[in-house]
Amino acid sequence: MSEPEVTLELAKEHGLNTEEYERILEILGRTPNYTELGIISVMWSEHCSYKNSIALLKQLPREGENLLAEAGEENAGLVDIGDGLAVAFKIESHNHPSAIEPYQGAATGVGGILRDVFSMGARPIASLNSLRFGPPTDERNRYLFKNVVKGIGDYGNSVGVPTVGGEVVFDEHYSGNPLVNAMTVGIVKHDNTMSAIADGEGNSVIIFGSATGRDGIHGATFASEELTEESEERRPAVQVGDPFAEKSILEATLELCRKPYVVGIQDMGAAGITCCTSEMSARTGVGMDVDLDKVPQREEGMIPYEIMLSESQERMLTVIKSGFEDEAAKIFEKWDLPYSILGKVTDTGNITLHHNGEKVGDVPAWDLVLGGGAPVYHRESERPKYLDDLPQYDVEDYPEPEDYNDAFKTMMSHPNIASKSWVYQQYDHTVRTNTVQGPGGDAAVVRIKGTDRALAISVDGNGKYVYLNPRKGGKLAVAESARNVACVGGKPLAITNCLNFGNPYDPEIYYQFKEAIAGMGSACEIFNTPVTGGNVSFYNESPDSAVYPTPVIGMVGLIDDVNKVMTPYFKRENDFIMIMGTLKGDLGGSTYLQAQYDTLAGDTPDIDLDFEQRVQEALLDAIERDVIHSAHDVSDGGLAVAVAESCIENPDRLYGADIHVHRKLRDDELMFSENQSLIVVSLAEDKLLEIERIASQYSVPCTTIGRVRGERLSFNDKIDVAVSDIKEWYSNTIPSLMEPPVPTSQEEAA
Amino acid sequence: MKYGVVVFPGANCDHDAYHVAKHVLGESVVYLWHKDHDLQEVDVVILPGGFSYGDYLRSGAIARFSPIMNEVIDFANNGGYVLGICNGFQVLTEADLLPGALIPNTSTKFECKTVTLRVENRETPYSGEYEQGDLLRMPIAHGEGRYYANQETLDLLENDGRVIFRYVDAEGKPTMEANPNGSLNNVAGICNEDRKVLGMMPHPERACESVVGMTDGLALFKSLVNQQVATV
Repeated sequence: MSEPEVTLELAKEHGLNTEEYERILEILGRTPNYTELGIISVMWSEHCSYKNSIALLKQLPREGENLLAEAGEENAGLVDIGDGLAVAFKIESHNHPSAIEPYQGAATGVGGILRDVFSMGARPIASLNSLRFGPPTDERNRYLFKNVVKGIGDYGNSVGVPTVGGEVVFDEHYSGNPLVNAMTVGIVKHDNTMSAIADGEGNSVIIFGSATGRDGIHGATFASEELTEESEERRPAVQVGDPFAEKSILEATLELCRKPYVVGIQDMGAAGITCCTSEMSARTGVGMDVDLDKVPQREEGMIPYEIMLSESQERMLTVIKSGFEDEAAKIFEKWDLPYSILGKVTDTGNITLHHNGEKVGDVPAWDLVLGGGAPVYHRESERPKYLDDLPQYDVEDYPEPEDYNDAFKTMMSHPNIASKSWVYQQYDHTVRTNTVQGPGGDAAVVRIKGTDRALAISVDGNGKYVYLNPRKGGKLAVAESARNVACVGGKPLAITNCLNFGNPYDPEIYYQFKEAIAGMGSACEIFNTPVTGGNVSFYNESPDSAVYPTPVIGMVGLIDDVNKVMTPYFKRENDFIMIMGTLKGDLGGSTYLQAQYDTLAGDTPDIDLDFEQRVQEALLDAIERDVIHSAHDVSDGGLAVAVAESCIENPDRLYGADIHVHRKLRDDELMFSENQSLIVVSLAEDKLLEIERIASQYSVPCTTIGRVRGERLSFNDKIDVAVSDIKEWYSNTIPSLMEPPVPTSQEEAA
Repeated sequence: MKYGVVVFPGANCDHDAYHVAKHVLGESVVYLWHKDHDLQEVDVVILPGGFSYGDYLRSGAIARFSPIMNEVIDFANNGGYVLGICNGFQVLTEADLLPGALIPNTSTKFECKTVTLRVENRETPYSGEYEQGDLLRMPIAHGEGRYYANQETLDLLENDGRVIFRYVDAEGKPTMEANPNGSLNNVAGICNEDRKVLGMMPHPERACESVVGMTDGLALFKSLVNQQVATV
């Protein structure tokens, strides 16, 4: 068959610019053929090359004493947690596929991140996710929300990795461009860690897992007469997940990782065989000789371009020492997995491809990859005009609520505050019997079998804060995830991040990106939590505008004694309720202004990172010394919402609270300001002296605001409601949006 | 007591059952590979939860034809102890070792939460360590757990004391609200005629350690161990 002739025009259709095309001609010393153009363009795409982000990402703190792999070096971050164990973890986006086909888009997002973790030899023990949708009042948004949740659930549940936490946020700015970020955490013995490398001339390159089809080929989406004449109708660009195959691949991969004859393993994600062969080779400076006829295919007549660019799911590439192919084959056969020896490792440094006995491609691996010859750009940035046009926050602009109970009800039933149990009850969060604290808490807690320890894991992001103040918002994202980890008794270890932004060629968007990274970096320095890797997702734009700039932080912390895990809910009648930190009244950027006045105004809440760290240290000390019974941070919705959640989240019973706080502020400012570095704790009367001693040791204010008592929550005598009502508002919001009760005929008549 | 945990491809609670048998109960335990025909002289076979063979057709429908199932069926028919949890329960009904079927939850959604069970019959090898009417808390995690059988079968199970666990509310009443999947008669777990084959949708193996917040499943395994001590 004839393949299109490669020209600058065709290169541009592949997303390359003139300068990049000229570099290709220079590297190859000739015009690339169609297959090579496909390979280079996909490796130099934003998704694989990070060409517009890597220069800034390198400014993030990427070193720490516990790091076993540098960011970007392996498929996922790797951090030592003692006892000869390491934790491998990463977060990744699957935004665009999920916008088109929410079920498969989200499912394959989960599959991809699981493979990143187990390809390092780590057994996945927990997954989390961070989701953004437009308002659930809109039918299309509900459709996306419902199917993304189902996709995540069906895939993760089947593979048997518990989904232990996450967040869901609804906002107009995500209409048409939902964000679907998936994170997985795995555990591996140091001795069993596996690298994504190829090495040793003559060693065998083996593909295993599902067969390769035409799904997910980027190039197939652009118009090309030659292709459309030859091929059947175009396939949807979104891949289809097969969690059963994934589970078998997981087990086979972990078996392989214990074998000394395995040189390296990498999973196939974006850019499929292209990415695996070039990255594994480039890491060690070798090449590969690959026979594309050997690739197990599920469709007939695939051309080299298609085979190389296919993003069919559940596939892995491994390099096996020569002579041990039969040994490896026993493992694939045990798990009934298709496999095939594609070729050999060479010393040429090139990826050399054969098809039907002919050489069909020859490209230097190093030039293809990030960190090698892939382009690196420093984009222009410009302070966005909207930042100057944002309304200032002045409490006088907003009338004080006449009925605080109504205002409070509005808050507790706001979709961004209300319980997400409708979501996480669709996720298996107890499989593997490690879940100490599942979804719904400040951070998830997963014990590490065979030790007394546990991991605390959180995912956090607040796009609105970053939109209002990109640098401060970046700091806040890291600070909140660390605070959440501290609230369960975890000491922050390291982070992974998923940076969801608009078009990087827009200087105002790039400003957001640059500033948010600067903010995140400074917070990571303070908390001593290096960035172990992650993912950048640009071009998140709905027809009207870009999404809120949304960096999502996945943080892993370590809990030394699993018996000291802290929970957010009240436990004893008459306990004292205290706040650690400083209560300020600033409703800027708050959910309250959004929910009550439909307004976005003011600045992102202030944060002093040194103070934040002292608060967290004081909290960890109090937990360690068994001083407190509960800890819950103030976040979306402010103090009143945090206290309410502590009242209603205890699975055994509800608790009331009587709160009195007086400052020179209006009551709604006291109740609903989204103060940073502020924790609600409860404790017995005989611990009051001790908590004060701890607080003063860290120079952290600690103030009594009330008592746990009765069956009502009252706040400055302005809010006074039964906690059972709060529970109902909080629990029913999402289900009633997603599964509205069927009206009876009488109601219809009315 | 020697446990054998069957490993179907796609099983994902096999490690959990193994962990409980070995590290919580301190009993001996082996994995039984689905392609094998040897039960390795185990005393109890556990068919674990998961998505055997992907469960793309119907839960448990393929696993039932797995090579090891020939031996498991013979073992059960000869009075061996077989415990099917979640997907294992589905496999047991597909293999006709237990009557009825597990069909999609009435909510049409996967449901993962803690439920309350009432012990309906403590006169079985699996429930001797409980008291009649005990209320137990255990997790469920399934999309197809709605127990269904014809009236005649249901009556037989009820009259013969073969409904061992029932979904109930905090007061112990088998209400509609307490029924997480729409099971007929709020059935959560049933046994065969000689009470040695038990199938249940809730996960007792996930409720055996205080660190994970639930311990009510432990007595089920202890009942088995003590039962064996009593009968040897």
